[in-house]
Amino acid sequence: MGLNGAEFAGHGPATEMVHMDARPGESWVTTKLDFLVNWGRANSLWPMPFGTACCAIEFMASAASKYDLARFGMERMAFSPRQSDVLICAGRVPFKLAPIIRRIWQQMPQPKWCISMGACASTGGMFDNYAVVQGIDTIIPVDVYVPGCPPRPEGLIYGIMMLQKKIMNERNAQAGIRDEMSPDPISKLYIPASRIDELSEPFGNSVHQTRSAP
Amino acid sequence: MSHPFTIVHPGTGSDATPVTPRNVPVHGGPVSVSAAAVEARFPGAVSRVVVARGETTVIVSAAKVHEIIQWLHDEPAQSYEYLSDVTAVEFRDLSQPLEVVWHLRSLRFRRFIRVKVQIVKGQKLEVPSVWDIYKGADWLERECYDMFGIKFAGHPDLRRILLWEQYKEGFPLRKDFPLRGRFSRSEQLKNALSANPESRYSMEELSIADAFEDLPADMRKRLSGGEKTGE
Repeated sequence: MGLNGAEFAGHGPATEMVHMDARPGESWVTTKLDFLVNWGRANSLWPMPFGTACCAIEFMASAASKYDLARFGMERMAFSPRQSDVLICAGRVPFKLAPIIRRIWQQMPQPKWCISMGACASTGGMFDNYAVVQGIDTIIPVDVYVPGCPPRPEGLIYGIMMLQKKIMNERNAQAGIRDEMSPDPISKLYIPASRIDELSEPFGNSVHQTRSAP
Repeated sequence: MSHPFTIVHPGTGSDATPVTPRNVPVHGGPVSVSAAAVEARFPGAVSRVVVARGETTVIVSAAKVHEIIQWLHDEPAQSYEYLSDVTAVEFRDLSQPLEVVWHLRSLRFRRFIRVKVQIVKGQKLEVPSVWDIYKGADWLERECYDMFGIKFAGHPDLRRILLWEQYKEGFPLRKDFPLRGRFSRSEQLKNALSANPESRYSMEELSIADAFEDLPADMRKRLSGGEKTGE
């Protein structure tokens, strides 16, 4: 195998994780299964782009030649959720799209991760109004939040590298690590309603923007 | 007419070469010839003619608006063949009437006219649909209904277009609608997540209606019963 320490650069103390014995004729490598599996997963994340707004433009810039997501093993955009590993929600999600992003997430096979790109996807951003979901973490679980309005490609790539670090630290024997979220059958929420209200509390000066009848 | 309109090349036809209007007064100015024509053709139907920033607005009665727009469309001397927009305005001063606005454009004569109907507060929010004159009014009127709750009498398929059909909170662009909606965030999310994302398309949108006659008999029976697609 052509593995060596240099290929693991950026993923912690790689040289300690891989032991090579390069005797002539019978080269072999020992490592932890977790490390090998996680290394494979972290470096071949197929994104499912869920672009709804201006963040999607920055996402396209990240995928194009200058920033080149292919360097991170992400060159294959999976436009089918069935063949993707990471859902990148780029842009605001209106309530009308809430059941759709929920279904796309449920259609993705395990292992799967989610990046919430930009202020709107993470918190609703400036759209503190009747139409926009106040953070997609009220609909689906999110692994990495990328701040910015919109984030530059460097920001997204930093988020992707954070996700890669998270994947490298996963222990596959850990109980419950691949559990699907189980929404309540009646309310369809996967976290308590009170928590959603708490998460989407008004902040900043937006409380003064509520216009109601005198 | 064999052609809907004759092409006027700049400087060759009856109209002068278009120029960018400059120093347009905010209020007042030359009134569009169409406004006078409407007043002459429909005496008593026009309550006011306002010129603002060079654009003429004709405020007409709700009973006559369909007839007036039909005439503006059909009359060769007017030839307003393009409907830019149908929308509504509600003012913050709640004593002011709600206005429904039609933006008409004549490509032939390079003219623009705005037709308004005022609905006094407390009256039924209903105006005639112009879908039978301009087919493009279909979605514009649906949007206006979705946002303001104005009924367009004669519209073939008047239902919400931007929000989903089960939306229960009201009409968002009305002034009595709070910016964040009427329900709590968890309640809104509950309502949104319980919607079936595939149930909001009508048969027309799925183009099944076009192939309706070719469908098997049992499917025809099922679809003509008004069944929605999806699971």
